[in-house]
Amino acid sequence: MSDQSTNLPDTPPAFAAPTGPAAGPRGVPWLRIVFGVVVAAVAVALPYFNDPATNQIFCQVMYLALAAMGLNLLTGYNGQISLGHGAFFGIGAFTAAILTVDHGWVIEATFPIAAILAAVVGVAVGFPALRLKGLYLALITLGLAVLFPLVVKKFVEGPGGVPLLKPKRSQVGSMVDFWADDIYRYYVCLGILAVMFLLAWNLVRGRMGRAMIAVRDQEVAASTVGIGVANVKVWSFALSAAYAGLAGALSVYVDRTADASNPIIYFQRSIEFLIAVVIGGAATIGGPLLGAMLLVAIRRRTEGTEAMAPALLGGALIIVVYVLPDGIVGGLRRAAAWFRGRTAGSASPPDPSPASPSATPAPSPN
Amino acid sequence: MQLFFDQLMNGIGTGAVYASVALALVIIYRTTGLLNFAQGEMALFSTFVTWWLTDHGWSIWPALLGSIVFSFFAGAAIERVIIRPVEKSKNQLNLVIVTLGLFLAINAICQLLFIKPGQDQVRMPLMFPKGDFELFGLEIQKAILGRAAVLAIECALLFLLLQKTKIGLALRAVASNPESSRLVGINPGNMLMLGWGIAAMLGAIAGTMAASRGTGGFDTSLMQQVLVYAFAAAALGGFDSPLGAVVGGLIVGIARSLTIQYVDFLQGIELVVPLGLIFIVLLVRPNGLFGRNIVERV
Repeated sequence: MSDQSTNLPDTPPAFAAPTGPAAGPRGVPWLRIVFGVVVAAVAVALPYFNDPATNQIFCQVMYLALAAMGLNLLTGYNGQISLGHGAFFGIGAFTAAILTVDHGWVIEATFPIAAILAAVVGVAVGFPALRLKGLYLALITLGLAVLFPLVVKKFVEGPGGVPLLKPKRSQVGSMVDFWADDIYRYYVCLGILAVMFLLAWNLVRGRMGRAMIAVRDQEVAASTVGIGVANVKVWSFALSAAYAGLAGALSVYVDRTADASNPIIYFQRSIEFLIAVVIGGAATIGGPLLGAMLLVAIRRRTEGTEAMAPALLGGALIIVVYVLPDGIVGGLRRAAAWFRGRTAGSASPPDPSPASPSATPAPSPN
Repeated sequence: MQLFFDQLMNGIGTGAVYASVALALVIIYRTTGLLNFAQGEMALFSTFVTWWLTDHGWSIWPALLGSIVFSFFAGAAIERVIIRPVEKSKNQLNLVIVTLGLFLAINAICQLLFIKPGQDQVRMPLMFPKGDFELFGLEIQKAILGRAAVLAIECALLFLLLQKTKIGLALRAVASNPESSRLVGINPGNMLMLGWGIAAMLGAIAGTMAASRGTGGFDTSLMQQVLVYAFAAAALGGFDSPLGAVVGGLIVGIARSLTIQYVDFLQGIELVVPLGLIFIVLLVRPNGLFGRNIVERV
């Protein structure tokens, strides 16, 4: 269990090579820019072409992706395995629900509080977790996820004595005249998602991100080059919990419920986030989003047959680990590298860029 | 006094279940080096097999025996088919993911196979007679004595197997060094399958004991909290020590029942206790009470 060097998907090309894979002749990544603009345009236009129920589903994808991104920062980039992110998600959800239902807050105002509270609990768990290597952390956080609904059940009483809170419809309504409720909510989610993903993207390319990856790959070596391992771990945990908490608050905003009546619901959430990360691709920026999309698609497909969804998900998870150990994004990257290798091979002398990034050490970003 | 004693005994009764699951976790950890998050659900499936046999006219003990035999082969098969391909992977995340996938899938399969639509629970016959047994003026439930006896027999058999037989020696050799054991002619693959088989057998006993209490009703959530307690027990004792697992299981069981009786503000959230115990032990003795210190080389 000590050797972590062949760990998790490899360093993303974004910082392996200064010129990205889609770079044009003068180093400008035109393909990427065009792709980005098209995706952004589609994302902005989407709610106008769909009914409110479909827009709600898009919003569910977005909050799932947000939580998965939080877990990805921790598990993918920092190598700490948490099964407790469902609990942080729940903390966010109940923070938002309690503040709006019992104290009459505007729900948008509860988002930062939810994120901060989740981060605080994250730090409280993260500190002892510093002493816990890999699997012990998974254990403790598993306990946290199972414990959370029990705590809610003890201290939160919704109508009918059930630990379930529902903000009023008017509390999650649109604040502007020209957007209907569902379109407004879609843009709020989209805005938050975009900001948080950009934040994560910048973070992992910067000093902090490199420190996180160094701690993941070889902790002792990281500390010898002056990285404060403890600090990096606790900060990763806090940040990651904040993402999950924010996602939880968004879930109340989108689904209008915070529910802890099912004792393992937040453990299931934890697993869902992990599934999204792993299926999408750990330690990638696009992975959590793709994973969340797939997750919601599977859930929609199996609606009505309650036990089928977990059976399929469980099977899918195991298969993904065999077939696509680095997730969908990793698989796409390998396919792209293989394709480039073929086209480059026929046109010019052998391409020095490796087909599989793990074959050669990645050049230092500096 | 009787009340305290009752709670102590209750603790031992539930502790026996936790200890069995913890033993199974430890055996898998020692042989395969992974935490099996699906252990509880594997035990759940075995429990449903026991129930299915009793439902088809078997009485409880033969049914348990049948389930134990089934579980041995099922456990070995899971190791061979599902775990083996990822075993070599150094990536802990993949191992965790596979066991979590098993967790989800087995739980759902139990729901689909054994629970008819519209039905909440199935009912397991009781393993032990009701009523009390008197010892030095204190009353003990017969069921608790029975569970303690089952645990003791389990431990004794396991001890004999691991310490006194050639197969046990081979198992321990693979756990301590797979490469060298291969050199002396042991097939590590077979030993890993054996380890998983034994763990699944222990799970069958634990699950059946967990279900066969009170009214005997149980559903697919039977083992989920048990798993957390069992992990706490294993962490407490040290993940590589079978003795630690048993002691840890009993400690966790007793701590839980005393908390339920005497600590009012933890009513309903007594799950805090095992988590607190794990925290304290890991802070003071990171390898558990009975664990060995592992030196990491860089």
